[in-house]
Amino acid sequence: MPTRRQIIVGAGLAGGMALLPRLGQATPQMRDEAAAALTKGAAIQDGRVTLTIPSVAENGLSVYTTVSVDSPMTAGDHVKAVHLLSEQNPIAHLLTWHLGPRAGVAKVSTNIRLGASQQVTALVEMSDGSFWRDSKTVIVTIAACIDGG
Amino acid sequence: MSRGRALALMVMIASLITPLITPLPTHADPLPSGTGFLSEDLQARQADEAANPGMLWVDEGARLWQSPQGATGASCASCHGDATTSMRGIATRYPAVDATSGALLNLEDRINLCRTRHQKAEPYPYESDPLLGLTAYVARQSLGLPMDVETGGAAAPFYAAGEAFFHRRQGQLNLSCAQCHDDNAGRSLRGDTISHGLGNGYPAYRLEWQSLGSLQRRLRSCSFGVRAVQFDYGSPDYLALELYLAKRAQGVAIETPAIRR
Amino acid sequence: MALPPARVSMPAEARQGEILEIKALIRHPMETGYRVDSRGQPIPRHIVRRFSVAYDGEEVFRMDLTQGVAANPFIAFSTVATRTGELVFTWEDDRGEVVTVRKSLTVTG
Repeated sequence: MPTRRQIIVGAGLAGGMALLPRLGQATPQMRDEAAAALTKGAAIQDGRVTLTIPSVAENGLSVYTTVSVDSPMTAGDHVKAVHLLSEQNPIAHLLTWHLGPRAGVAKVSTNIRLGASQQVTALVEMSDGSFWRDSKTVIVTIAACIDGG
Repeated sequence: MSRGRALALMVMIASLITPLITPLPTHADPLPSGTGFLSEDLQARQADEAANPGMLWVDEGARLWQSPQGATGASCASCHGDATTSMRGIATRYPAVDATSGALLNLEDRINLCRTRHQKAEPYPYESDPLLGLTAYVARQSLGLPMDVETGGAAAPFYAAGEAFFHRRQGQLNLSCAQCHDDNAGRSLRGDTISHGLGNGYPAYRLEWQSLGSLQRRLRSCSFGVRAVQFDYGSPDYLALELYLAKRAQGVAIETPAIRR
Repeated sequence: MALPPARVSMPAEARQGEILEIKALIRHPMETGYRVDSRGQPIPRHIVRRFSVAYDGEEVFRMDLTQGVAANPFIAFSTVATRTGELVFTWEDDRGEVVTVRKSLTVTG
């Protein structure tokens, strides 16, 4: 017997969403596990990292995301990697940027997908082996006219 | 669907059938482009050629412009030369009536007619990357120029048909285009702001599509939105509507490829 | 297609030591593997896995991507202008397709 949800989705009120099968989603615990796998258990400190992402995303299919890190980016002291982590997407570890002193400045941007409103975390690995992070909450809204074309 | 979302939908439908609060717009001044309803972030992405994904299609159009096609082996450039000069302003005047056939053509149709009539090539299907690319490339040459279509003479019956379509209630939600895009333009609908329904940014990169798409595709989405019949790509109904929308956009600058939600 | 559907924006000239902002776009569906088509058949995953940048043969930037990155990926990053040379931008997807864009950089001073 179809649930009320299925009837409504079947009626086409969420036509675009009907194309998305129900999936297992990451959880905050899976996000933390992904972080632990990257840090191999090392402590993560807050600070030095600035994650810039809209607090309200107009569409979760393309959310403009920038990470900048307070680092001199010298041979002896630089950012090695920047990871983006999700607590609600189908996968927790969204991407990794590999940087080095030749970047000059630690600032990178891309557009990410967010399957639901959630906290997004930037996890940064420094050349001295320390880990730093910043997290921001993003509310993902749905456009008025979901496409059925 | 959560109770909250269902409630929001009911509120949305109720808001659409609420009697008019705002006065009907007068069309003396150009209507505002839908770009103004985007976040600053999306407006910046649209304006930056290095970040606007629609430029990937414009690039493809630029390559196709120089590419020999069909039995004649002629490229667009063989006849039209440098698009940056020969195509400047062209998109502001479409849709337009073809003098030979008397048919109303949008920019996509004109490109395909050039292919079949002059290049002796097969027409590109709607929403194919080459057609989107060439259309976006030609429209891009009119970036910043105001829309200015002809609605008199041979175009008059098409314009009248488009105007009638715009004001006709349709579909299970029994809504006309005008009820959203005149009566409630600028007001919120779920997380969005209702635009005035201008086509000045098309072909546009719509986040929902994750791709560039034509105005015809957008119209099919609108029809779906009010649970109405979706007409075929390039159907007479949508072509006439496209002409009416272009006249609504009189004086509004072309922004192709715009970014839309 | 004869040429890759990708574009890279960066200055053609720079002073030595200058930090260059580079923006890269590629047309790619970044199909998640989670969707089904209109007949209910699963659409296979198809994503760019890796984007890398070599400056005079030395890797200066790399990005590992998943289906969590938006379609038609946009990437902005930076590099220090060291000497005149060629920057090679390479996208590799999970079907083994490789797209390469080359840009020359003239470094003065």
